[in-house]
Amino acid sequence: MNFGTVIQSGIKEIGAHWFRSLLTMFGVICGVASLVTMASFIKGKENLLRESLAETGGLEKITVESEDDLPDYQKHLEGEAKGVTLKDVYALQAGAPMVHDITPSINKSRYRGYLRVSRKGRGARPWMLQGTWPTALEIQEHEIEHGRMFTMMDDLLSNNVCVIGTEIRNSLFDEVDDQGETIIPIGERILINYVPFTIVGMFREYMSDEDRKKKEAAKASGETRSLRNIFSRGSDSNTRRTQFIYYQKNNAIMVPLNTLVAKLDSSYETGSKLDRKLSEITMKIEDVSLLSTSLQQVRNVLMRTHKGLEDFEFETQEEFADDITLAIYNERISGMFIAGICLLIGGIGIINIMLSSISERVREIGIRKSVGATSMDVFTQILIESVVLAVAGGLAGLAISPILVNTLASLADDSTPPIMTTQAMLIAFGFSVLIGSLAGLFPAIKAAKLNPIQALRYD
Amino acid sequence: MALLELRDIHKTYHLGGETIRALDGVSLDIDSGEFISIIGPSGSGKSTLMHILGCLDSPTSGTLMMDNTMIHDASSRQLASIRNKKIGFVFQFFNLLPKLTVRQNVELPMIYSGHSSKERRERAMTALRRVNMEDRSKHRPSQLSGGQQQRTAIARALVNDPRIIFADEPTGNLDSHTGELILEMFDQLHNEGRTVMLVTHDPEIAAVTPRRIEIRDGKIANEADPTLAGKAPRFEQIIKAESKATT
Repeated sequence: MNFGTVIQSGIKEIGAHWFRSLLTMFGVICGVASLVTMASFIKGKENLLRESLAETGGLEKITVESEDDLPDYQKHLEGEAKGVTLKDVYALQAGAPMVHDITPSINKSRYRGYLRVSRKGRGARPWMLQGTWPTALEIQEHEIEHGRMFTMMDDLLSNNVCVIGTEIRNSLFDEVDDQGETIIPIGERILINYVPFTIVGMFREYMSDEDRKKKEAAKASGETRSLRNIFSRGSDSNTRRTQFIYYQKNNAIMVPLNTLVAKLDSSYETGSKLDRKLSEITMKIEDVSLLSTSLQQVRNVLMRTHKGLEDFEFETQEEFADDITLAIYNERISGMFIAGICLLIGGIGIINIMLSSISERVREIGIRKSVGATSMDVFTQILIESVVLAVAGGLAGLAISPILVNTLASLADDSTPPIMTTQAMLIAFGFSVLIGSLAGLFPAIKAAKLNPIQALRYD
Repeated sequence: MALLELRDIHKTYHLGGETIRALDGVSLDIDSGEFISIIGPSGSGKSTLMHILGCLDSPTSGTLMMDNTMIHDASSRQLASIRNKKIGFVFQFFNLLPKLTVRQNVELPMIYSGHSSKERRERAMTALRRVNMEDRSKHRPSQLSGGQQQRTAIARALVNDPRIIFADEPTGNLDSHTGELILEMFDQLHNEGRTVMLVTHDPEIAAVTPRRIEIRDGKIANEADPTLAGKAPRFEQIIKAESKATT
C-alpha cells in the first residue's frame, strides 16, 4: 500500500468529521501550546540569569577577599593577619599561570565610611568607589563608551582621574542637556570627598535589552518623564537580582588604586605600599573546567605569601551558576509536568476517538480486508490517521503559541520577557507526534485484528 | 487442470462450548471459465464454503489448491494478497464505502496492489464502462439505486482482473427485474471466459448456472453438472423439494 495514499485517506477521514477531529486535536493543541509557552518563559528567565552571571564576570571570575576570622587553630595569630595585599598580586602574577588579569582593588561603599561625590552643589550617591587597576574593566565586564579607562601610568603617578557610570553622570549633570543632546562629561571636574577629580571616561549604560527597547521607544516618542519609571522593576526575585546588578554597575566610580590610597584613604597606613590591605583581588581563570585546580594553585601561592595564615577566602561564581541551573531545572520540571499532562489528555482524547471511530468502521475494515488489505495495511491506516490528527493538532498548537506567549507577556508586563526557541517548538511538536503514534497504537492493533468475515457481517 | 481443488475440507467452529461442523468433508474441483452456483438453505455451510474458497477464512483441515498452489495453510498476509489479485467479491449488501465516490470505491482493491494513481483511475473507469456506470463515477453510493450500487460492486470485483468472482446472494437485496439484469451481467462475464461462482438459497437463480452444487449440513448433497447428463433429473427433483421447503 502506497504511503502517500494512506496519508491522503487519513486526512480525508479527518476532514469527513472535521468538528470531531477539531475537538480531538484540542488536547494536543493545548499541550503543544502550553509546552512552548512554558519553555519560552523559562528560557527568558534563564537568559536573564545567565546574562546577570556574565555581567558580573562569568564563571571564570575568582575573587580572593581578606578574611578576618581565622580558622580555630590559627586564632592566636590574629594579630599577624594582614589580609590580601599587593604583595599577593605580584606573587600571583609570578607564580600562578592558570589565572590572569589579576586585579587588586580597594572598595569604598557608601554604606561603610564616608563617601561624598559632588559637583557644583549637586551630589551623587555612588554604589561603590573602587580604587583599582585598568584590568578591572575586563574582570567586571565593564565597557567604556566615552573617553578612556585610566592607565597604569595614572596609577603610578596617583593622578586624580576617574571613570564613572551613567547614573553618576545623571546625578551630577543630567542625562541630556537643553538641546536634548546626551551629556558626555569627559574632562569635567567633580569632587570625591572634596578632592577634585577629572572624569576621563564613562561606562556604557547597562540595562536589559527589554529596557533598552523601551527607552529607545520613549526617546523616539519624545517622552520626557523620568526614564527610571519605565524600567521594569522586576516582580520576581530573579529579575530583581539582574536589575540590581545593572544598578550597581551604573552607579560605580573607579579611580586608580594608588590615587585612592594616597588621596582618599583616611586610614592611610605607614609602611610599604605592598603591605597595604586590599578589599579583594579579582582574577580570571583560563579554563572553567580547571576551576578547582586553578583555585588550588592560587591557594598555594597565597599560603606561601601569607606564611600559612589563612586570612583570605575564595569566592567563585559557581554557586550563582548552580543556583541558576537549579532554578531553571525546577521550573522546567514543573513546566514539563503541566505540559505533559495536557499532552497526555490530548493523547487519551485521540485514543478515545480512534476507538469509537473504529467501532463505527468495522464494516469498512471488513470491506478493505476482503478486497486485499492486509492486517498491516489496516494497522498503518489507523495509526497514520491518529498521527495525522496529532500532527495537525501539533501544528495548530505551534501556530497559536506565539499568540499565547505574547498575550501572557503583555498581561504580566513586569515579568521576564519570554523567548521562543526553535528547539522548544521542535520538542513540543515531536512530543505531539509521539503521543499521536502511541495513542494510535492500541486502536490500530484492534482494527488490524478484526476478522474480515465477522467485520463484513457487522452492522 | 482445475483452478480450485478442494479435498476433504472440514471447518469447525466452537461456540460457547458447542462444536459446530460448518463443513464436513467437502471435495470439489472448479475449472477455469466455469459458471457455478452453490445452493443450500441458511446454515447449510454454503457461506463458509465461499469464505474458504474466497480466502477469507482457512479450513480446519483438508487441502485447498488454487492454480496448483497450496493455500489452505497460507498466512493471513498471503491470503490478503490472493484476495487482492485473484479473487473478486460481490456481496448481498453491496459493501461499498459510503464516504468514497463510485470511482474511488472501484479503485479500492488497486490501492492494496500498489498501482499508481493514474493507472488506478484509468482501470477504474474501464471497469465502470464495462458495467455501464461510467457517468456515475463521481456519485456517492447513497446517491445510487440498489442495482447501480451492485454494478459498482461488480466493477470493483473486476478491476484487478481476478481469476474468479464470488457473488454472495448478489440479487438478495434487489427487486426481481434488477436482479435479472445483474444475473445477466454475470452471465456475460462467464461468456467472456471468466470463472464466476454464485452463492444463493434461491433455486431460480441457481438455475441460471450450468453447474449447481447443493450444500446441506456441511456436505455436498448433490451436484448437477451438465457433463453428468443422467443425474440432471434428480437435481430438478431436489430443487422442487427445496422450493417447497423455502416457500
